[in-house]
Amino acid sequence: MTLRELNPGQEGIVTSIGQKGPLKKRIMDMGVTPGIKIKVIKVAPLGDPIEVNIRGYELSLRKTEAENITVKM
Amino acid sequence: MNYTIALAGNPNSGKTTLFNELTGAKQHVGNWPGVTVDKKEGIYKKNKNIYIMDLPGTYSLSPYSEEEVIARNYIVNDRPDVVIDIVDGTNIERNLYLALQIIETGMPAVIAMNMMDEVEKSGNKIDCKKLSELLGIPVVPIVARNARGVDELMDAAVFAAESYKTPKFLQVFDENINSAIDAIADILEYEHSESGYSSAEISEYSDSQNLWKAIKIVENDQLVIDTLTENQKIAVEKIITETEQYADGDTEAKIADLRYKFISGLVKKTVIKSKTGHVETRSDKLDKILTNRILALPIFAVVMYILFACTFSENFLFIDGLPSPGVWLADVVETAWGALTDTVGELISGASPVVYSLVVDGIFEGIGAVIGFLPLILILYMLISILEDCGYMARIAFVMDRIFRKFGLSGKSFIPLLMGFGCGVPGIMATRTLDTEKDRTITTIVTTFMPCGAKIPIFAMFVSTFFATGNKTLITFSLYMLGIIVAIVVALLLNKFVYKSGTSNFVMELPRYRVPTFRSVIFHGWEKVKGFAVKAGTIIFLSTILIWSLSNFNVDSFNGVNAAENEDGSNLAEMDESFLASFGNAIAPVFKPLGFGEWKPAVGVVTGWIAKEMVVVTFAQLYDDDVTPEYLEGYFSKYDSVELEEFGFENGEYDPDEAFDIYSEVVLFEGADENALHTMKQDIKTDIAAYSYMVFNLLCMPCFAAVGAMRRELKTFRRTGGAVAIQMLTAYIVAFVIYQVGSFIA
Repeated sequence: MTLRELNPGQEGIVTSIGQKGPLKKRIMDMGVTPGIKIKVIKVAPLGDPIEVNIRGYELSLRKTEAENITVKM
Repeated sequence: MNYTIALAGNPNSGKTTLFNELTGAKQHVGNWPGVTVDKKEGIYKKNKNIYIMDLPGTYSLSPYSEEEVIARNYIVNDRPDVVIDIVDGTNIERNLYLALQIIETGMPAVIAMNMMDEVEKSGNKIDCKKLSELLGIPVVPIVARNARGVDELMDAAVFAAESYKTPKFLQVFDENINSAIDAIADILEYEHSESGYSSAEISEYSDSQNLWKAIKIVENDQLVIDTLTENQKIAVEKIITETEQYADGDTEAKIADLRYKFISGLVKKTVIKSKTGHVETRSDKLDKILTNRILALPIFAVVMYILFACTFSENFLFIDGLPSPGVWLADVVETAWGALTDTVGELISGASPVVYSLVVDGIFEGIGAVIGFLPLILILYMLISILEDCGYMARIAFVMDRIFRKFGLSGKSFIPLLMGFGCGVPGIMATRTLDTEKDRTITTIVTTFMPCGAKIPIFAMFVSTFFATGNKTLITFSLYMLGIIVAIVVALLLNKFVYKSGTSNFVMELPRYRVPTFRSVIFHGWEKVKGFAVKAGTIIFLSTILIWSLSNFNVDSFNGVNAAENEDGSNLAEMDESFLASFGNAIAPVFKPLGFGEWKPAVGVVTGWIAKEMVVVTFAQLYDDDVTPEYLEGYFSKYDSVELEEFGFENGEYDPDEAFDIYSEVVLFEGADENALHTMKQDIKTDIAAYSYMVFNLLCMPCFAAVGAMRRELKTFRRTGGAVAIQMLTAYIVAFVIYQVGSFIA
């Protein structure tokens, strides 16, 4: 499943991060790497983007970006 | 010895706080060539021989954003004596990611482990000594906010600069990548020895530089690969392809992964966490309210209202007549400047009319145009830096992203656009808080489409004269809506045709909430004021003088005709005979398709560039058949002395000498006289032409003060010129369509 499908409060382990390219590199630079625990904190009031907790800090991503990140529960 | 110390670090790691602490905020702000990122240099306050260079805050040294390229080019090419990397101790894993990359550059480096007070408060422990051993560079615990450990940090940095030791190469990567790095480093070195350097010259430094280059080449870093010779490129290409196969097709990702794995190992050995898992902090609780599904938007609206009201409100906190801090300060400055102008005016009242007019109407008016904006910039920027420092700004982007992304902008663009309703100058200056150059440029261009406070008098006068019987509120409201719609459309078009390559993403840190420091708030406000006065001041001042000259002279000023005709013997010309009038005549045909192809309205457009409300004053001067002394006396005779005093007549007594100024700057500004300036209907014949004129003034080039602010944000005259051209073109097209379609329907 993808990160987008997680509900606020749910946690998952990152398994892969989409296609090669600047966006993937950026996401990985921010600490989203395979094997790391990621928790969805909330969805923005207008339904997008989402806020996740990773490596002890809060990161926001758009849903289209979260779609590229696959996770296992 | 002179040393240069570069400060690197993640955004929100306390880099600016440390920089201000080290330099005492005495600094020189420049800009990096070609890009809109500030370069800050300062001198260490305790040792004048040490220069501190503040690099842009970055998460990585990848070549993907301009900030990252600047930071790494500075470290690798300009070679400071030592790099201090500020690491936020409360967020150590992600911060060490940049630290590893700085160590890879081979430059002497020191880690400043910041926010140690918060780390201690949370009950966690960081073993800096152990971390220093593992990384091979000094790690100094500090608290930048209260200068704890800063002296020790600087001692360590100076020592590192003196000994100039290249950090050891850390065992971050796996065998496959290491062998690729070695192979590429060999290729680079071979070229070195071929190029005639003696082996002694191939120093330890160039070795480490080759290693850094080799790592970047393995990462497929195009900027570094482009520096290679053709032979080298062919040689490395084979290695890159091979390595990629072992790294599941994406070496870049593999390297990022390995770096984080290495960091996880470091953290395990050096950080003792008091509690396991994610613990809810006060910041988290606050965030739950501020970005709550239901409360977020109302809270956002209140915060924005406070921001706007503090800066521009005449009825602050809904108390009638109570000025906001911004308005109050602006009044103080304007009154003081007015008093100074009067004093100087009296002092030189014996001088020739030309000198008098140049000094009072030209120079003092010009400087006044600059300093009148300073209080607004100061107040607004202090408030913005509170929002930035406390962490709410990132949440604004988070909450508003969904809407603004549709227009190709960031949620943070909301603030400049909102401020544009008060005044475009602080609005444009607020674009600096946006994250990408694209966002900054587009927002700068469209912010002045908002109907600012100075455009209101134009609307008021035209609406009262032309639409007296219609729905005045609706007409004015339609202009507000038009400004917003045009801003959106232009933003979309610029996105589609000018910035088509710039894909945006929203991978953004939401920093913890912190109480802003008083010092940083004052510092940011002051920095903006200084920047505006220096960078924008010249352009505003010179433009004002230019328009003043054009409107006061004509050919006869220089051949004695004016001097013979004028009672006071001066060579000044009446405005309707001036160079400006000739210029208005020359350009008037251009405006014919917009419905106002006569010279007087054209001159109004030009004087509007000094300040938009000048359009009204100019109209009163040019259509003076309507504002005869008899008319003024009749108009004001309706009012009693209390009301006359409110208009601005001293002691409530009607004064014919004051009447014209008061009529044009009070009555017309408020649109209070429906019979005003009827002769302008000879030039602007229909209601639709009047509407078109208002639209043109709403959208065309803003006042010189705003152009000065644009110049400051866009950095070059070429880009500023381009922005102004876009605004003029937009104004022309919209007014053209409105006039032609409107006239056709009517």
